[in-house]
Amino acid sequence: MRDQFMKVIAPSIIAVLVIGGWELLVRINEIPHYILPGPGLVLESLINDWASLFPSLLITLQITFLALAIAVVGGAGLAILFSLSKLVEWSLFPYAVILQVTPVVAIAPLIIIYVDNTLIALLIVAWIVAFFPILSNTTLGLNSADHNLRNLFELYGASRWQELRFLRLPAALPYFLGGLKIAGGLALIGAVVAEYVAGTAGTGTGLAYRILEAGYRLQIPKMFASLILLAFTGIAIFLLFSYISHLFLHKWHESAIKREN
Amino acid sequence: MTNLNHADAPPLLRLSQINKTFSNGTVALADMNAAVGRHEFLSLLGPSGCGKSTALRLIAGLGQTSSGSIDWAEPPGKGDIGFVFQEPTLMPWATVIDNVFLPLRLQHASRRAEQDRLEEALAMVGLENFAQAYPRELSGGMKMRVSIARALVTRPKLLLMDEPFAALDEITRFKLNNDLLDLWAKQSWTVIFVTHSVYESVYLSNRVMVMAARPGRVVADMAIDAPYPRSDAFRTSTTYNDYCRQVSDALHQAMAD
Repeated sequence: MRDQFMKVIAPSIIAVLVIGGWELLVRINEIPHYILPGPGLVLESLINDWASLFPSLLITLQITFLALAIAVVGGAGLAILFSLSKLVEWSLFPYAVILQVTPVVAIAPLIIIYVDNTLIALLIVAWIVAFFPILSNTTLGLNSADHNLRNLFELYGASRWQELRFLRLPAALPYFLGGLKIAGGLALIGAVVAEYVAGTAGTGTGLAYRILEAGYRLQIPKMFASLILLAFTGIAIFLLFSYISHLFLHKWHESAIKREN
Repeated sequence: MTNLNHADAPPLLRLSQINKTFSNGTVALADMNAAVGRHEFLSLLGPSGCGKSTALRLIAGLGQTSSGSIDWAEPPGKGDIGFVFQEPTLMPWATVIDNVFLPLRLQHASRRAEQDRLEEALAMVGLENFAQAYPRELSGGMKMRVSIARALVTRPKLLLMDEPFAALDEITRFKLNNDLLDLWAKQSWTVIFVTHSVYESVYLSNRVMVMAARPGRVVADMAIDAPYPRSDAFRTSTTYNDYCRQVSDALHQAMAD
């Protein structure tokens, strides 16, 4: 109980100190707002510019979650295919790695040039970064089912489908959910990077575009407001997937069980 | 080597000249011969690396022999063989009853139709009140009971046990030994029990096969002609101690060879 309380109180104190320090720094040094706005001004901008920021947030969220959904279906689906056929895994896995290790900012301009539809181009860029953690974690999970349990399934003449359904998939669930937590944050980063690269050439309505736009116009408080909105979105996505993970695992998985000792 | 003849009826299975060499060149079994009678409680006893677990897995059909044959009186069908591993080997995401249901589920049985059988299996191991518990909520001994219930739920003809009680404390082990003997006395199955404990093998079995390592082979085949039911009083009897000494001597000789 006391720990729960401290978990909230301790970071709150840090937040108050940092925000207070920031405001103080700006006031004492009389820093102009187009260089570093104080937190009060940022909050003001967040409220005043809400009408343009909120629709942009929705667009960024839309790209993030669409890309994530495709990454989940594609990543988990491909991982299942890998677990059924080593040949498929050997054939395709190196290319998945190449896709992952090539910096996305370097590929994004090409994708935006080649794909006519900007929304689809943005989705592809966000998908590239979100896809790999799900593929790699789910593959690991599907292959880490207990050896003796696999023997038991063999002993009872289980079909491959039964082994997948009743053994490999449940064994992979904690790994998949771990991948999902990482991929959620990465999809957001991917979406922002894609919007940045698309810039004014794109549909230009996502949060990253708002940051660029505010930068060009020297509306620094609005840049900060967008940034804060992005940061909170990232945190919300992480909390959402942590909660989903807890829902699925709290009854049985070591990572989600509270112990007294 | 003492040869025993249990030939009132044809044996349930016969191992003839079984050899098993792993791909890394390890010779796990060399010319193993054995006949296992119906309703026999046979222990395979030996040091680590003598191939006793390998023999058990080959009998279960997990893996191929390098040469030799395993002949059955009637070829075993799905569910005719139950297997209990050294670890409880339960699915942590499934409740006790779902774990016990697994062998039936793999035979496409419906949960509702098999409810009686599941309850019977849980009652056999004294876990009827833990059907909805998850494995993590159980003690080591209880997990092993679930594992035994799962092996028995298909009403197998042959129960294979690979050092099932090795990881348990002595009090729990003695209790499970007695429970296993009770179940075996009531049912018609045959048990092949792998162990590295002389005392456990003598207490449980009516026949002990002593194995030696490098290469794995059978060096002694001894009957334990003490009457059942056996209880804790048997553990301190002269008969028990005599048998333990004989089996222990055979084991020492096997390790000295």
